[in-house]
Amino acid sequence: MRRQQLIRSIWLHLFLVPLALLWLAPLWLMFVFSTLPERDIFSTPTPLLPGGDFFTNLQNLNADTNFWRTLLNSVVISLIYTGLSVLLASLAGYAFARFRFWGSSALFTVVIATLTIPYFVVVIPQYILIAREFKLTNTYWAVVLPGLANSLGVFYMRQSFLSLPNSLLEAARIDGAGEWRIFFQIALPLVRPAMAALSLILFLTAWNDYLWPLLVLSPDNKAALTAPVALGSLIGLTRVSWGGIMVGAVLMTVPFLILFVFLQRQFVAGIAAGGVKD
Amino acid sequence: MRRNLTPYTFLLPYLLIFGVFWAWPILYSFYLSFLDTRSFPWAWNPGANWGRILQDATFQDALRNTFLILLIQVPLMLALATALAVALNSRLLKFRPFFRFAFFAPVVVGAVAYSAVFRLIFNTDFGALNSGLKVLGLGPVDWLYTPGPAMAVIILVVTWRWTGYNAIIILAGLQSIPKDIYEAAAIDGATPWQQFLRITLPGIRPVLLFCFVLSIIGTLQLFTEPFLITNSGPGTATMTLGTYLYQQGFRSFNFGYASAIAYTVALLAAVFSLIQLRFFGRD
Repeated sequence: MRRQQLIRSIWLHLFLVPLALLWLAPLWLMFVFSTLPERDIFSTPTPLLPGGDFFTNLQNLNADTNFWRTLLNSVVISLIYTGLSVLLASLAGYAFARFRFWGSSALFTVVIATLTIPYFVVVIPQYILIAREFKLTNTYWAVVLPGLANSLGVFYMRQSFLSLPNSLLEAARIDGAGEWRIFFQIALPLVRPAMAALSLILFLTAWNDYLWPLLVLSPDNKAALTAPVALGSLIGLTRVSWGGIMVGAVLMTVPFLILFVFLQRQFVAGIAAGGVKD
Repeated sequence: MRRNLTPYTFLLPYLLIFGVFWAWPILYSFYLSFLDTRSFPWAWNPGANWGRILQDATFQDALRNTFLILLIQVPLMLALATALAVALNSRLLKFRPFFRFAFFAPVVVGAVAYSAVFRLIFNTDFGALNSGLKVLGLGPVDWLYTPGPAMAVIILVVTWRWTGYNAIIILAGLQSIPKDIYEAAAIDGATPWQQFLRITLPGIRPVLLFCFVLSIIGTLQLFTEPFLITNSGPGTATMTLGTYLYQQGFRSFNFGYASAIAYTVALLAAVFSLIQLRFFGRD
């Protein structure tokens, strides 16, 4: 029995170790390339160890595009987006979880039904609204506004509020607290873990979003240009520094990898939440 | 009275945005698909887009490529994700944090960042992959400029990005299966393989179904990887519904035709989801 377990364990690791190394390779190469001069990146065999040219590459990147500015824009946009969409989703989720009102189940069904509708269906009218009606191109709001109504967030927050014990909220109601006070002072603090997981996922989504920002931001206007759009615009050009592009990729990715190491549980909870319905 | 209006005030901000940026666009793009937006002013002409889509060779290429990815990549990825989830769930596993990091890390990496890296990895003359093949006495393969290999690149990259993501969801499903069922089966002499087929698979079926639906809807909207890594090429070899919609809607600014493409995607998503639920959703 013991021997059988040992053999099984060896097989398991023989399968998993090479696969894991293969999976880490692109991230390792991203880091390695960001520290090498151009001629080393374009050499064979592929260099596997880092060099000392990270800051030279960073200078090249900033010569190609003002990358610090785009990172700052990305931070601001992701923060505004996360704060507002979590607030809207919490308010709506609370209403669906805690109140019986005319049209509530029909409304909730409509909101959830949109989860199955591909984003492409709405992207063109959204573009017409933002770019042609509201004339918001190259602003923070152009990037943030359309995505604020997050159906998955509403679904998730509703689940969280449903799991709260009714007695707590009823006690506050009997004490004469208003609905808004109950929401902000009692209900919200109790679902803080759920809000944290949702915030993390939404922040990550906003941070890495590409298609929509690509439509409403132009690479030559730095006012609201995000890091992914700036980096994406460099990839297509022939005369740019690839070392610089790799530095950009590293700067975009590493903060989240560090965050992921420390907050793996929240990330995993946020992702798994969609799949496991009771 | 005040009490009755409270839920609506809670809902109002969300519904306002939802109405303007989701509900109205869904209806408006349907209407747009019946307009000829290449004329000025836009004119009602149902055939302009719906007639064109039926005979558009590039659209058919995009459709064929998308189906190819659906048929090859999605099952491959979900089989691998299931194997990974079972492996990560095993009591025999050592160095668990390392493995979790390795497979889950791609979840937080932005599509633009990894697309840039993969462009270098798959480079014909100095890419890491061809270097590796050379050691094995193979290659070089002109990855990004030959139709078949270019499609393989897209499939590999998407698999790298989403396998861990799906493994997370499947792992959550695995952990909801009661342990004592396995113990009882082991006592009855069931082999690990039998346990997997009789207990694990039925146990994670709803979660797998969810992953399938999610992956299909995701694949139908694949955009960033073919856009940045292969630029839909060579020719139209890696053109997807996503990159074609972008080309029609935001390069040619033919909103009507792009809306027809978008609604075709929605129709396909609906059909696939229904097939899934019909054949695999019975509990």
